[in-house]
Amino acid sequence: MPTPYRRDGLDAHPFRDDPAYLSTKLRHPIEPLIPLRDPETELAEPFLGAGPIGPLDHDLTRQHAGEPIGERIVVTGRVRDGNGTPLAGQLVEMWQANAAGRYAQAEDGHAAPLDPNFTGVGRCLTDDQGVYRFVSIKPGPYPWRNHDKAWRPAHVHFSLFGTAFVSRLITQMYFPGDPLFPYDPVMKSVTDEAARQRMVSSFDLDATVDQWATGYRWDIVLRGPEKTLFEEAEVA
Amino acid sequence: MNVQQITPAQTIGPFYGFALPYEGGPVVARDGDVRVHGSVFDGAGALVSDALVEVFQADPDGALDGGLFGRCSTRPEGSFAFTTVKPGPTADGCAPHLAVIVHARGLLLHLHTRMYFPEEAQAHAADPVLAAVPKQRRHTLIAEPDEGGLRFDIRLQGGDETVFFDV
Repeated sequence: MPTPYRRDGLDAHPFRDDPAYLSTKLRHPIEPLIPLRDPETELAEPFLGAGPIGPLDHDLTRQHAGEPIGERIVVTGRVRDGNGTPLAGQLVEMWQANAAGRYAQAEDGHAAPLDPNFTGVGRCLTDDQGVYRFVSIKPGPYPWRNHDKAWRPAHVHFSLFGTAFVSRLITQMYFPGDPLFPYDPVMKSVTDEAARQRMVSSFDLDATVDQWATGYRWDIVLRGPEKTLFEEAEVA
Repeated sequence: MNVQQITPAQTIGPFYGFALPYEGGPVVARDGDVRVHGSVFDGAGALVSDALVEVFQADPDGALDGGLFGRCSTRPEGSFAFTTVKPGPTADGCAPHLAVIVHARGLLLHLHTRMYFPEEAQAHAADPVLAAVPKQRRHTLIAEPDEGGLRFDIRLQGGDETVFFDV
């Protein structure tokens, strides 16, 4: 039997049917989800064939001939599972808009300039303490068509796997104090205030590099396995 | 730690196409002789051309350690295709299957489903996961053979909605 994964705390996730975010309307299932308990496959850990990580994959400011325009930042934090265990060697993928709020993707029609020195894609592995670290520039907010004067708060997309297919997570990291928070239906799809705050990074002096970059800390918690009776006894 | 303070999910959004797809992503197994392809549809029956489909499966012996992973976007035409091998059963009584995750703009939290193989009707009758699915909906989890290999369409909502799992 595979190790079961914890189900407590899963209500931090958004409901898929969210009337304020119009694109959910035709894209959420109506039928109830079928409970799938202790499945061998979904509780196993995928082997990722994404190839080796290049030496500059974590530094989005050094992937082109010149430097991107924008406010240089370091984004770092620790990846843990729901039991607090640091997850070493985890693939962390991130992507973002440039400083003007434009993505390097052809479909992005926002009337803001592309930056020839910025793609906005980063990848790295967590170290043996579960720590990831990216160097980038702060993304700009950008408009979308969800409602009148709809602007997304500045954010960085993150993708992680954790220790099983059921701990897969795609989410967005926000920056502290953004005035757009109260108007953003994507962020507000997380209805619990404490859970919502877990998507917001904090300015961090330790991560800040003198004369070079401001630092933001953002820790990530992925769904973890249930503890065995043996482990419970150890804690007690 | 008491309640696990997990980081909530957010949508993948429309603009992941320059970031997440990678060369070889749709190749779950090199030299695989199984081609799995399909489209993702929304509740109005329209193609979802900005979804990202990920699959994870056992090897032909049913082993999941070093299990096989693949990733394919439905951009720009609305369809995906994987090259893989047929997995072995992961346990006695389990029919061979692919675990499938769907991400998309408009999906605030990804969805889990599974793809089963059409030639395994006998194994399906004994499979405990399929047994928990209402009989009239089971066919949404079973691929159909066609000239392109095995067709597995995913319907996010509405008539013939794909079965999704609360895992």
